[in-house]
Amino acid sequence: MTAPLLDVRGLRKFFPIAKGTFSRVVGHVRAVDDVSFTVQEGETLGLVGESGCGKTTTARCILRAIDPTDGQVLYRMRDGTVVDLAPMRASQLGPLRKEIQMIFQDPFGSLNPRMTLFDNVGEPLLVNGMRRRRERMDRVAELLRLVGLRPEFMHRFPHAFSGGQRQRIGIARALATSPRLVVADEPVSALDVSVQAQVLNLLLELQAKLRLTFLFVAHDLSVVRHICDRVAVMYVGQLVELAPTAAVFSRPLHPYTAALMRAVPVPDPRVSGADGILRGEVPSPASPPSGCYFHPRCVFAQDRCRQEAPALREAAPGHFARCHFAGELELATPLAA
Amino acid sequence: MPPIPIATDPKTADPKAAGAKVPGAKAVDPLLSVRDLRVSFRLDEGTVRAVDGVSFDVFPGQVVGIVGESGCGKSVTMKAILQLIDPPGHITAGEILYRKDAAPIDLARLSPRGRLMRDLRGAEIALIPQEPMAAFSPVHTVGAQIIEAIMLHEQVGRGEARARTVELFRDVGISMPESRIDAYSWQLSGGLRQRAMIAMALSCKPRLLIADEPTTAIDVTTQAQILALLRELQRKYDTAIIFITHDLGVIAQMAQYVVVMYLGRIMEEGPVDDIFHAPKHPYTRALLRSIPSLQTTTRTALPVIAGTLPHPFNRPSGCPFHPRCEDIIPDRCAAAVPALHALGPRRAVSCFLHSDAVDPA
Repeated sequence: MTAPLLDVRGLRKFFPIAKGTFSRVVGHVRAVDDVSFTVQEGETLGLVGESGCGKTTTARCILRAIDPTDGQVLYRMRDGTVVDLAPMRASQLGPLRKEIQMIFQDPFGSLNPRMTLFDNVGEPLLVNGMRRRRERMDRVAELLRLVGLRPEFMHRFPHAFSGGQRQRIGIARALATSPRLVVADEPVSALDVSVQAQVLNLLLELQAKLRLTFLFVAHDLSVVRHICDRVAVMYVGQLVELAPTAAVFSRPLHPYTAALMRAVPVPDPRVSGADGILRGEVPSPASPPSGCYFHPRCVFAQDRCRQEAPALREAAPGHFARCHFAGELELATPLAA
Repeated sequence: MPPIPIATDPKTADPKAAGAKVPGAKAVDPLLSVRDLRVSFRLDEGTVRAVDGVSFDVFPGQVVGIVGESGCGKSVTMKAILQLIDPPGHITAGEILYRKDAAPIDLARLSPRGRLMRDLRGAEIALIPQEPMAAFSPVHTVGAQIIEAIMLHEQVGRGEARARTVELFRDVGISMPESRIDAYSWQLSGGLRQRAMIAMALSCKPRLLIADEPTTAIDVTTQAQILALLRELQRKYDTAIIFITHDLGVIAQMAQYVVVMYLGRIMEEGPVDDIFHAPKHPYTRALLRSIPSLQTTTRTALPVIAGTLPHPFNRPSGCPFHPRCEDIIPDRCAAAVPALHALGPRRAVSCFLHSDAVDPA
């Protein structure tokens, strides 16, 4: 097997909590705490979790929109050399920005309303040295066709487009520099149901055509199950489960993953999903509980869970879980029923 | 304007679907009957018909789900019932009959700022809004706001209102209610804030609760808690609920009766099982096919609804769904607006595939 396109090792991002007149640091929000995973070329990895679990912070660290506190973000270049993005300075990152692009959540906030589609989609090309306007026009036309929009729309402004069309424009912009890795942060959660399916289909189609690698950040488990090859579940800044999609959904090994799946309302009135609702709330990443972070909400919690923090271990081939009892618990899921 | 024939004979109605308490008992009148409601917004660019001929019934103790995508008029319908439509919007036609006592009151005729409407809001018809953060005042404690609501509608002293608020907080599952009622909304987590909002909505024991996307801004495990709480409280207080959402999963789990809306019109309405297992309207069918669920085949193209939601100023002629419809009847669907046609008691659809009835308006 070739080296993975992206290899994240021990990634940490702590935000200081400052108090008082002199902004004394009194603690840290451990937004991302020792996260490790790999993404193979052409694969889609889903990063799942509830708000505040650190999924977006992880994505931003990989994009180097923010500086990680610790850890490595190893990226394999086209020529096979592996570089660590984590310690790089802005000047070093420049040429790499072309390779890693992002699709944003909000199609209304992520496009400049004062710029035409040509300027919005063409700006990454200009920044990356495509100076000739004619050349950029051809490329933007090609990109718009690729995402299912008519090239004639190029001189219109974003306000003339619906949410789904704007998300297509955002995708076209992300693809402008022919990236290899695309980080999609909740790309369909702001869209209407009938449009969501169109955008998901487009992402699958583009991946097959352009051999893209996706890091897909989302909270909607049905969407993640539909589009991802593997799924990483996060809880309070840590990975709690990492496995191929089919394995996660048919036989989750972490009680949190199973509870998350049961919480999704089933679009069928004959199937009741009411039992096994998770108690309590997500703890603050500034003061996580002792031992396993999930133990206060876990029905299987033992004394060991309160005292000893479990490690992420391979409980079944290719299936990692951060639970002392992974593989030993009877976890009810909507699919097993 | 002819009356719209929906469930005109409650005796033949399915007792479960109609929300009647005992099968065979005497017919129950609907608590709320919306009849051919029309709401328009007059703007400089033109008139937007946000709600265009909507009719449905809510029976006592029943949960009615209104489902639809953005711009379908579900929130405007809710605002019309509460008389909270801001200018330039106004109700142009239709009735909203609410049965407080024996004789129904037409809410559409009431003055939005009048005594009667203000007495009904909160006491008889309460609202759970989508964003509890925006709904609570940040400069008053949540307790003070609920106590104020109770004292406004009922003849009770501050001490008793406070005691009732503590009791309500306990009911909605807020731990340490005695201290939490003195918290400000920004000190509470999203889940707690929505629980406090539910406590406020229930504070005067309303008979009709309108929940406008109450869990959209909330995480999935908290959403499951809030939905379970609403189900439990609905049973305990026997409140009727109008549940507005775009999430078909939430609708399937919460509602007994479902109204499907698209661009201000009702496409289809019926008992929840019929809507999900025997949908009649092409829009409902397409909508159900297009959602990925935990059961569908992965990494295959999802069936989609072609095209996009039209802009409100570019409303299609005829049936609003015809430009995106798979089963379009050429010449017919673009030419006339299909009327909402009753297929049976409490089952109606507006589509020329099922009836030739044309909406005269």
